[in-house]
Amino acid sequence: MLRASVIVFPGSNCDRDVKTAIERVTGFAPKMVWHGDASVPSSDVIVLPGGFSYGDYLRCGAMAAHSPIMKDVVAKAKAGTPVIGICNGFQILCESGLLPGALLRNASLHFICRDVFLKVENDQSFFTKCYRKGEVIKIPIAHGEGNYFADSETLDRLEGEGRVAFRYSDADGEVGAASCPNGAQRNIAGITNETGRVLGMMPHPERLYEAALGGTDGRRVFESILLSTLEAA
Amino acid sequence: MKAKIKITLKNGVLDPQGKAIEGAIKGLGISGVGDVRQGKYIEVELAETDAGKAKAIVEQMCKDLLANTVIENYSYEIG
Repeated sequence: MLRASVIVFPGSNCDRDVKTAIERVTGFAPKMVWHGDASVPSSDVIVLPGGFSYGDYLRCGAMAAHSPIMKDVVAKAKAGTPVIGICNGFQILCESGLLPGALLRNASLHFICRDVFLKVENDQSFFTKCYRKGEVIKIPIAHGEGNYFADSETLDRLEGEGRVAFRYSDADGEVGAASCPNGAQRNIAGITNETGRVLGMMPHPERLYEAALGGTDGRRVFESILLSTLEAA
Repeated sequence: MKAKIKITLKNGVLDPQGKAIEGAIKGLGISGVGDVRQGKYIEVELAETDAGKAKAIVEQMCKDLLANTVIENYSYEIG
């Protein structure tokens, strides 16, 4: 049994994609929870989906971070409920203070929508345990503000504590400026909190979870969620 | 009272929009243009009439919402 809740903000547009991905991969349909609700039902995992919550007004994720439901999401995350933020969801996690740093405008100023290679850096966390450290996977990005920024002390801490989950790389796993699509510092594509139970990532695993979509490299995020939940039960 | 709030990117935070604007200004044929940084300007009408209390209100809105202090600085005038 997996009780997943997907938070729907005005302007979310990957909420139904991630709902379908969770349902098809795990066999359990998530609940869809409106941003104006005061509380999230008791959940094994909470998902903040991609999109353009509140039209990206002020800063991406800034308004959503203050929407009514987020008080309970933050409280539940601090109490240990796993939370994954994908794309706009990652921006919301940073704006709400559940993850450090911020996501700036892409260095190129362009909205980038294409498959990218990622090197898996952490295969121990709640959301990544079905991957293997060092392997290279291919997952699409679709964002205008995915340029991860944090001060160098924070970046050192993230790396030292094994909290970088994914980095942009080339097909051979080389991590460098040439393989960074958006200018993100140290090629960071996804990070976790101290416990590994909150993950923010810019790439969209829900867009590649079965072969008919062109690949399956995103599938293991959802398999990891199911495995981690069953192991804990 | 009205608060006039300016939000700017911190030094060291890449500002690709500023860079693009800089290029466009130079494209106009205007010389002598150095670094360009862009930011936000927000006006907020306040019912509060006490200057001290208004400042506390504006501080709170800047810190909690209007600026992301990881990447931005803010300043304001209230009058």
